[in-house]
Amino acid sequence: MFKALHKYASPMHFYALANAWTPWLFGISATLFLAGLYGGLVLAPADYQQGESFRIIYVHVPSAWLSMFSYLVMAGAGAASLIWKVKLGDAIARASAPLGASFTALALITGSLWGKPMWGAWWVWDARLTSELLLLFLFLGYLALQSAIDDRRAAARAGAVLAVVGVVNIPIIHYSVEWWSTLHQPATISKMGAPSMATSMLIPLLLMALAYQVFYFAVLLVRARCEILEFEKRAQWVKTLASTRLVAHAAP
Amino acid sequence: MTVSRPALAILRRECLRLLRRRGQLSQPLIFFTLVAVLFPFALGQQSALTQQTGPAVVWIAVLLATTLSLEDIFRSDFDDGSLEQLVITSTSLPLACAMKALSHWLTSLLPLIVLAALMSFVYNLSAVERLALLSTLSLGTPVFSLVGAVGSALTVGVRGGALLLALIILPLYIPVLIFGASAVHNAALGLPISGEHYFLAGLAVLAATLAPFAAAAGLRARLS
Repeated sequence: MFKALHKYASPMHFYALANAWTPWLFGISATLFLAGLYGGLVLAPADYQQGESFRIIYVHVPSAWLSMFSYLVMAGAGAASLIWKVKLGDAIARASAPLGASFTALALITGSLWGKPMWGAWWVWDARLTSELLLLFLFLGYLALQSAIDDRRAAARAGAVLAVVGVVNIPIIHYSVEWWSTLHQPATISKMGAPSMATSMLIPLLLMALAYQVFYFAVLLVRARCEILEFEKRAQWVKTLASTRLVAHAAP
Repeated sequence: MTVSRPALAILRRECLRLLRRRGQLSQPLIFFTLVAVLFPFALGQQSALTQQTGPAVVWIAVLLATTLSLEDIFRSDFDDGSLEQLVITSTSLPLACAMKALSHWLTSLLPLIVLAALMSFVYNLSAVERLALLSTLSLGTPVFSLVGAVGSALTVGVRGGALLLALIILPLYIPVLIFGASAVHNAALGLPISGEHYFLAGLAVLAATLAPFAAAAGLRARLS
């Protein structure tokens, strides 16, 4: 098994694997999206308190989950590159960052869209919302560092250190923000974290979460392939790949 | 004594180097005073409001002034090449980073705390608030130096490094800001603030344990 792991951690084999998997992942994700959206928007009943506007959880909650998951992937891949010198880690970490930033932004936007009818304000200094905003700043800091350092490899290594530092800090930031908001704020309406959710509402949510997850991996693979090509542009296999593509395009 | 001797030599050299660059040393201090003085102009002549916002303003001003001075922890050593020598010597690099952070705290943040004490008179804080402000600043600012050293290491030799440094480091300072500012707030209400003190001390110990290693890893990432 370790042999297989070692093989697919090499950029060349990973590239081929990613190439083969991407269409499948996009297909599975689209199917799950359709099922989840139909279940969430049509089949699930309206909430007895929040009415129809509760349905935004089907895009909001999966984005929030994925935003944290992307950061973990980024830091994990960065750590793998720092500790075991897995070259692939650099590509995956760099590919995951813009995705994570987008999911975080999406979670914030949908959260504030939901907050307007529920809380009567676009923005409330709620603990979870604030932590999410800070997570966005951590992503933006990583992206700014990536764009400031010209050499890709060096940028990825510096980014890996930053991401690992960020992972140590995220729980501290999260709990201190929670502490701060319970101390300074009157209790806001507690979010939709109702412990028991009706099954007809829960199943579409899980489907959507799965759809987001598969979509994330599909886009991650596409982005990681581009990163690998840039990282390995001096490698022989990339040159061969590029020249065969050129020939294939020139032939007809 | 094989470890502490080079460490002390680095500490001494760093403090001397930073103290001899008086211009760069004093600019963050002037900036701090300016920011703290700007707020009353925006808030208007309402002494109650100014007094209430005083501790928060002082904390924010310390935060901003700190980010200005962080770049210098590794910058000039990078420019003249001595940073590379430091990385390849046998001296433990995390220890050297810890010493650099310590010297930054001694030369840049200690003066800021003294200025903050002066500002607490300008903002007309009560004695309890002043004590809370200064004690939390003393416990919290080592975190600024230590975590800041990581940011400084990661952005060394980068174009527009100072602004980038502020962008990546400010979110990491928020826990310290939360506990520091709320301690002063609670002290003004007559509540006990030992909880905040423990949290800040815990953060400082955590930063002292981990940040030097992160800074060393950051330097290796930037220089290799």
